[in-house]
Amino acid sequence: MTTKELKIKSIEYRKKILKYILQAKAGHTGGSLSCTDIINVLYNDVLNVSPQSFTSPDRDRYVQSKGHCVEALFVVLADQGFFPEEELNTLCRYQSHYIGHPTRKVKGVEQNTGALGHGLPICVGTAIAAKLDNKDYRVFTLMGDGELPEGSNWEAALSAAHYKLDNLCAIVDKNSLQITASTSDVMNTDPLDEKWKAFGWAVKEVNGNDIDELRAAFNSLPFEKGKPSVIIAHTTKGKGVSFMENELKWHHGVPSKEQYEQAMEELDSLLTDFSD
Amino acid sequence: MAEQINIQPGGDKPNQDVFSETLQRLAETDRSIIAVTSDSRGSGKLVPFGKKFPQQIVEVGIAEQNLVGVAAGLGSCDKKVFAVSPACFLTARSLEQIKNDICYSDHPVTVVGISAGVSYGALGSTHHSLHDFAVLRAINNISIVVPADNYETEKATELAAASDKPVYLRFGKKIMPSLKTDNRDGFVFGKGRIITEGNDVAIIANGETVYPAVQAAALLKEQGIEATVVSMHTIKPLDTELLSSLSNKCKAIITVEEHSVNGGLGEACASWLLQHGYNKPFKIMGIPDEYTVTGSQVEILNHYGISKEGIAKEVLNIINK
Repeated sequence: MTTKELKIKSIEYRKKILKYILQAKAGHTGGSLSCTDIINVLYNDVLNVSPQSFTSPDRDRYVQSKGHCVEALFVVLADQGFFPEEELNTLCRYQSHYIGHPTRKVKGVEQNTGALGHGLPICVGTAIAAKLDNKDYRVFTLMGDGELPEGSNWEAALSAAHYKLDNLCAIVDKNSLQITASTSDVMNTDPLDEKWKAFGWAVKEVNGNDIDELRAAFNSLPFEKGKPSVIIAHTTKGKGVSFMENELKWHHGVPSKEQYEQAMEELDSLLTDFSD
Repeated sequence: MAEQINIQPGGDKPNQDVFSETLQRLAETDRSIIAVTSDSRGSGKLVPFGKKFPQQIVEVGIAEQNLVGVAAGLGSCDKKVFAVSPACFLTARSLEQIKNDICYSDHPVTVVGISAGVSYGALGSTHHSLHDFAVLRAINNISIVVPADNYETEKATELAAASDKPVYLRFGKKIMPSLKTDNRDGFVFGKGRIITEGNDVAIIANGETVYPAVQAAALLKEQGIEATVVSMHTIKPLDTELLSSLSNKCKAIITVEEHSVNGGLGEACASWLLQHGYNKPFKIMGIPDEYTVTGSQVEILNHYGISKEGIAKEVLNIINK
């Protein structure tokens, strides 16, 4: 897929994320919009997984540790054909599998997540299994910067380096905001690159809303042989909608009908930039 | 004499030794078996396992949350995983990982709590696990299994390895005599094992408390009181059919466990019996809601009446009421 096609995908995904959040009257809007480009590039350009290969032991694994941004994942999985998109009309409805966090009842979801600090330890186990079985699949987890104070992440980070898991890639969606305030005010984790390096990881920093930078980073995995890789993806929370960008209230804010329409106008105008 | 009924003396081992030996035997032919340890291979008696199968043991260091998360990740890749750590840490510090990563995500991981209950004796409350039945009973999709003797341990380990569902196995450190029963091939999760039979009282115990319960039955027999002793090795799913028949035939029921009296075997039995119309005299023996007296495991258990004399005394109390 070309960069242009991926960029168009991201805009379309953002429109759908907002559509289903509006319908459900619930969702993690800002974070889903910040990580849209990351999940887009992963599924359309990086991961060796499809609805057909989802049960194959050789598939790449993706675990969304920041499970609350499930709307972005569901929209991308639907686009990949894991399930019909119209099923997202039941998002957060009574008896729907499409709840506010990933569950394995939805095809394409590897692990049930939602509690923070769980993705990386699970992925360490999965990456160790690949090494034990001499398999080439790779393991990816998307973490929020707000979840990094969870101690379990750093237990897992130690073990990933100890076992030289160069088949493991963590992506930190560093949108620098969390539910209460900026991450640096709530619990500062900077300098983040030095922390990961100190734990034995190979680190790259990218603009996490730039398709080309994301592709280049993923294409250069592993960053160092014998080391797990982490991509610190600097992103904008609420990316793509002017009044949502970097605004705390959109952490799990639900747009009004008018706000939704304004957001659609803005995103549609971005699409016109790509029309031939 | 207790030894004359249903207890086979000599040649027995701690249950957790039998667990590790059984796991090693199973791993000989099943390379998908993986043990995950948190600097716990020594206390888990898994040093020989690790030497023999270095590709089948994963060490995570002292990091119990990661232990269970890693176990879940391995379990998602067609491994039969045994996450082995002292029960006190495993079912407290990593409870969220058990709940979410193993049970909710539904991976074939056996969580193995070693040196459970008050096995660590004088090491104190940090090292006691008197809460594990209670917290795990409230978590969906995990069997809770507490073998009484070496036979039950071997069978439980085999069944856990064959299961594609989450299991909690709990072991202590004490040497456990074999309990003789006629039915040695019938061990399945969720079906209590009858050790002795009698119509006066039912003593329902599990784990290391089954042995003193059997000894108590022998003492009571000398006084003309006939007791049924059950090893209720599986707390969840509970053998309610057996509970029903015990309540129909016996005059009173006593439960015994190396666990808090809150939320464990006794309350599981009481809850079912009360909700199904049974109202026989009933007593829960366990550790009361307090920081335990200090001392060795035996001293602590004796202090709270979890001994042959203590159990026999409670039986006399309840049937003479």
